[in-house]
Amino acid sequence: MDSLLPAVAAADAAPLSPGQLRELYSLMAAVRYLDTSAVAWQRQGIIPGYAPELGQEAAQVGSAYALDTARDFAFPTYREMGVARTMGVDMVAYMSTHKATWHGGMYDPLASRLAPIQAVVAGSVLHAVGWAHGQTLSGGQGVALSYFGDGASSQGDVHEAMNFAAVMKAPVVFFIQNNGWAISVPTERQVAGGSVAARAAGYGIPGTQVDGNDVVAVHEATRNAFAHCRAGNGPVVVEAMTYRRGPHSTADDPGRYRSLDDERIDAGEDPLERLRERLLAEGVADEAFFMTANQAARAEEEAIRTGIEALGPRPGNEMFDFVFQETTPALENQATRWREESEHV
Amino acid sequence: MSESTTALLEAGARDEQSVKLSMQQALNRALDEILSTDPKTVVFGEDCGQLGGVFRITDGLQAKHGESRVFDTPLAESGILGMSVGLAMAGFHPIPEVQFDGFAYPAINQIVCQIARMNYRSRGTLPMPITLRVPSFGGIRAPEHHGESLEALFAHVPGLKVVSPSDPHDAYHLLKYAASRPDPVIFMEPKSRYWQKGDVDTSDAGPLTGARIVRPGRHLTLVAWGAMVARCLQVAELAAEDGIDVEVLDLRWLKPIDAEALATSVGKTRRAVVVHEAPLTSGLGAEVAQLITQSCFDTLKAPVERVTGFDVPYPSGDLEDEYIPNIDRILLGIQRVLEYRRG
Repeated sequence: MDSLLPAVAAADAAPLSPGQLRELYSLMAAVRYLDTSAVAWQRQGIIPGYAPELGQEAAQVGSAYALDTARDFAFPTYREMGVARTMGVDMVAYMSTHKATWHGGMYDPLASRLAPIQAVVAGSVLHAVGWAHGQTLSGGQGVALSYFGDGASSQGDVHEAMNFAAVMKAPVVFFIQNNGWAISVPTERQVAGGSVAARAAGYGIPGTQVDGNDVVAVHEATRNAFAHCRAGNGPVVVEAMTYRRGPHSTADDPGRYRSLDDERIDAGEDPLERLRERLLAEGVADEAFFMTANQAARAEEEAIRTGIEALGPRPGNEMFDFVFQETTPALENQATRWREESEHV
Repeated sequence: MSESTTALLEAGARDEQSVKLSMQQALNRALDEILSTDPKTVVFGEDCGQLGGVFRITDGLQAKHGESRVFDTPLAESGILGMSVGLAMAGFHPIPEVQFDGFAYPAINQIVCQIARMNYRSRGTLPMPITLRVPSFGGIRAPEHHGESLEALFAHVPGLKVVSPSDPHDAYHLLKYAASRPDPVIFMEPKSRYWQKGDVDTSDAGPLTGARIVRPGRHLTLVAWGAMVARCLQVAELAAEDGIDVEVLDLRWLKPIDAEALATSVGKTRRAVVVHEAPLTSGLGAEVAQLITQSCFDTLKAPVERVTGFDVPYPSGDLEDEYIPNIDRILLGIQRVLEYRRG
């Protein structure tokens, strides 16, 4: 960890219990299995595309595990499947965005406490700041958790968001998954200075780099950041250093910009394998546990796949129904014409 | 807080119904009342707090309603609009200000991709009751990007509604109305009209949606909005001296456009000229002309004429009068329509 970064005080919290550690593994196993399966679904023609998060399970599960969904709110981009799963979001509704059913996903963002899936990489970072400032204005205790990556950190909105949040002392955790790649461009050609967290010092707020493949370290860093925010101390930057083991999306071909040897060297140790070894070494879990967890992951994937396969297209009138809360005569006319002409055809 | 606004806020306590106010005062009073009646409203932007905004539209509001309701933001338009999205998601009713129209450009991603789409993306679960105030149009010989006409840009975006008042009465009532609606509204304030006084009937808003006939006439309809309405009224007076009875239709809502009002007016006059400051090509004049043609094709005496700005960047103050449709150019447009002969 960089000593130049203002540190976040460690929260006075108990270490993760054996039960919590096992739960983290179960979540990561479920996410891993669903993620690799979703790539297969695309190859099988079940879904048209998917953006895998392979290798980022510890970063996503560990951070989202710190959320209190009774009061907090998370703001994803489009690669946060592990976050959604950890938060307990309806995964058929979440994965529907990859079925091309509805852009933002079919889940209820208010009930789920997860903003709609966002295709503009830094699009939701300012939303997190606004939501967090709303907590300040209404006296709420909620914290906004803003997810984005090293690529998104190049966008101007990230600067505006960090500066606004720092000026307003908004309770927001900027959680960067630095996965080494923005499609084909590596971090060293993306992030000047090598660290997004280092920018925190310029805003006078704490920033932390954490081993993003260590779920316990990620969780503790995020939990500390939440405690900092909840105590009214303003925003925190947490940068989880991880690795995008898969392609950017199912349409991508990493062979054009990195070799398999590079991947083996750069990816480091598999976050799931790491946790498994730790749990075994500490006697927290045995082989029977892992077998059960993996079986549960498979069963879960099967249920989600069945749900996705059963998901038909939305009725066309929904194109018109959700543009406004109060529709306009012009839009009503277009909807009427669409209905008449589609029935005629 | 300036003395005039202090007096104004106090005057608000009295029970008068029709008052003479400038548009700046009318907008200020509307915001004051919105803040007083809707605890979820927050007003913010660059210099909106202690200074009261560069046009003093928010003058005195921070002192009266507190720093949590009316506040300054850092100087970043994307931040202001992106923050509005998050506040709306948290249940607030944001009324952000973009200081000058040309500075909506740095926020275009947040306006177009986020504010306009969040209700759609979330299948109606995250409405965006945001009223974005934009001091708009030219006429004050300001620096670059301090005078632009962005209505066609905004109107083209699914999910946005666009309105522009032309006088203090409408400014007062339309702002209160826009702020009470659940959808995002781009509220384009004609900055060259901020200081013109007019009667504001606070008790009777009149119709809040659709267009408004500001001068009835028989021979031709002038369609305008914002600052061009006052100019078209001047033109109508001059035309009347030549026996030409011009109807002036203030479109007010640029999205949705009141197609029925256009059909009724031009159905009667059978001739139309649409006037706007924005560039000609793909301007709202084209949309208005098409709506009129659709409804009045059989009875139109001439093609709908457009008198507009040119397809050039909004020019410097010295050339502003050459760019903005002036009285002579509008009269010439009227003449072309009146003299049109088929075949």
